[in-house]
Amino acid sequence: MLNINKHSSNDTKIQIETKDLSLYYGQDKVIKNISFNIYERMVTALIGPSGCGKSSYLRCLNRMNDFIQEARTEGEITINGSNIYDKATDVIELRRKIGMVFQKPNPFPMSIYENVAYAPRLFGVKDREKLDEIVKSSLEGAALWDEVYGKLKTPGTGLSGGQQQRLCIARAIATEPDILLMDEPTSALDPLSTLRIEELIRELKKKFTVVIVTHNMQQAARISDYTAFFLLGDLVEYNVTNKMFTSPDDRRTEDYITGRFG
Amino acid sequence: MNRTNWRKLKDKYMYLILVGTALSILSILTGIICFVLYSGWSALSWDFIFEPPRDNMTSGGIWSPLVGTFQLIVVSIIAVIPVGVLTGLYFSEYAGKGLFPKILRLAVRSLSGVPSVVFGLFGLSLFVIFLGFGSCLFSAGLTLACLTLPLVVTASEQAFRAVPKDYRDASYALGATKLQTLVKVVFPSAASTIITGIILSIGRVAGETAPIIFTGAAFYTSKTGGLFNEVMALPYHIYILATAGTNIEQTRPIQYGAVAVLLALVLGISSVGVWMRVRMKRR
Repeated sequence: MLNINKHSSNDTKIQIETKDLSLYYGQDKVIKNISFNIYERMVTALIGPSGCGKSSYLRCLNRMNDFIQEARTEGEITINGSNIYDKATDVIELRRKIGMVFQKPNPFPMSIYENVAYAPRLFGVKDREKLDEIVKSSLEGAALWDEVYGKLKTPGTGLSGGQQQRLCIARAIATEPDILLMDEPTSALDPLSTLRIEELIRELKKKFTVVIVTHNMQQAARISDYTAFFLLGDLVEYNVTNKMFTSPDDRRTEDYITGRFG
Repeated sequence: MNRTNWRKLKDKYMYLILVGTALSILSILTGIICFVLYSGWSALSWDFIFEPPRDNMTSGGIWSPLVGTFQLIVVSIIAVIPVGVLTGLYFSEYAGKGLFPKILRLAVRSLSGVPSVVFGLFGLSLFVIFLGFGSCLFSAGLTLACLTLPLVVTASEQAFRAVPKDYRDASYALGATKLQTLVKVVFPSAASTIITGIILSIGRVAGETAPIIFTGAAFYTSKTGGLFNEVMALPYHIYILATAGTNIEQTRPIQYGAVAVLLALVLGISSVGVWMRVRMKRR
């Protein structure tokens, strides 16, 4: 059993507290009683081979698994002091506070401006100046403003893959969430675009708590503060990234990160 | 001949047979078009299109039935869009897999197999008699709308289903409700496909005769316009000229001229739909 508080120092606040969480798809238990804490304004990487439950866990955090009919959870995830699986939780409000970036860049078939303004509009921002301001600051926050400020009215789908993904990041931070979830955000991108996104993630953690699923262990090592290693639905090891990649506690972690399987 | 050669020969023959069947379809279409143009060529002119029938329909043009057909198309489109598109939306987004949607689906599928004359009788009893609209443009338009309904429902459902899950995921993850996601993302993405589907289905019903005979098509009317007046319509006009006209032999060119225009109209509408579909696939 992992000691979930082992790595918390005094100056880091817990953002997401996962307690004894299990996720079932029908009869399959895809996440098995995991517990750990994700810290505020840190980058936490979730690694592990395909099908280990890391993406499923990520989707538990903003309750995107609700859309899968046979999905069922047990246990608790506490964000900002309340259990998000409580009946009283307003899922819409929860998702507003948690941005998500997907594996494949998925801008809406609308203009760049409308893509970023989408979520603020959902929550009732109508004032044009306010919207302009949000769009600008979000695009700046996603390091895309300099490339697109002259063509905000053009379709978001006309941008390059890397730009599209940064547009999706801008769209996700437009509601000023606390947490940013990223599901293999660079797996569909070329190395240069990947590098830019990684630089961006280092910037983003100044304002947001970032949880990122990645297949790429170098990426986890480069950008994350904490790393969680998932295997077949178990959380095998959760550690400070440096420690994880230099002297892991668990044999299986070592085997995985040295490339013996996965 | 050894086995290998025999197999190669069979392969070649198979190819020829397939090309032959494909060609036969093409020749039927060109045959029809050539025959219609040959028989009606002498009647075709701009005056023919823009003049109403005269002298007990033995001379003059086809303006009033042409206008009537357009009116029928417009009325049926307006009637079919809300019901058809929303039903498609229901099937795609809300229905799920229960027993009730299954029955509904079966109903829609069966509806598309109902002969058009049955729709005509249904329209007669519902719109003309029971609801008391009388035999008029409105009743006939609604009857055509019923006929189009299964096509539009299916086209809309497929259009909604074709909207990538990525868009929905992104919208939900940003905190949108289901309705917001449908209105702001799913609907705009599906709209052009739906419009194409509607155009294609309208092209198919514009030439229908049976549904409008009892519900609103006039043998002859000098008036064009009113929603609650009878209208002349091209398909019915052709049927009358060919079977119940005052001088059937003499009016042959007029009949085939009208057929040529109807054919051009229906093929024209369908090709707009096909063109839109192709253009969308390219994008």
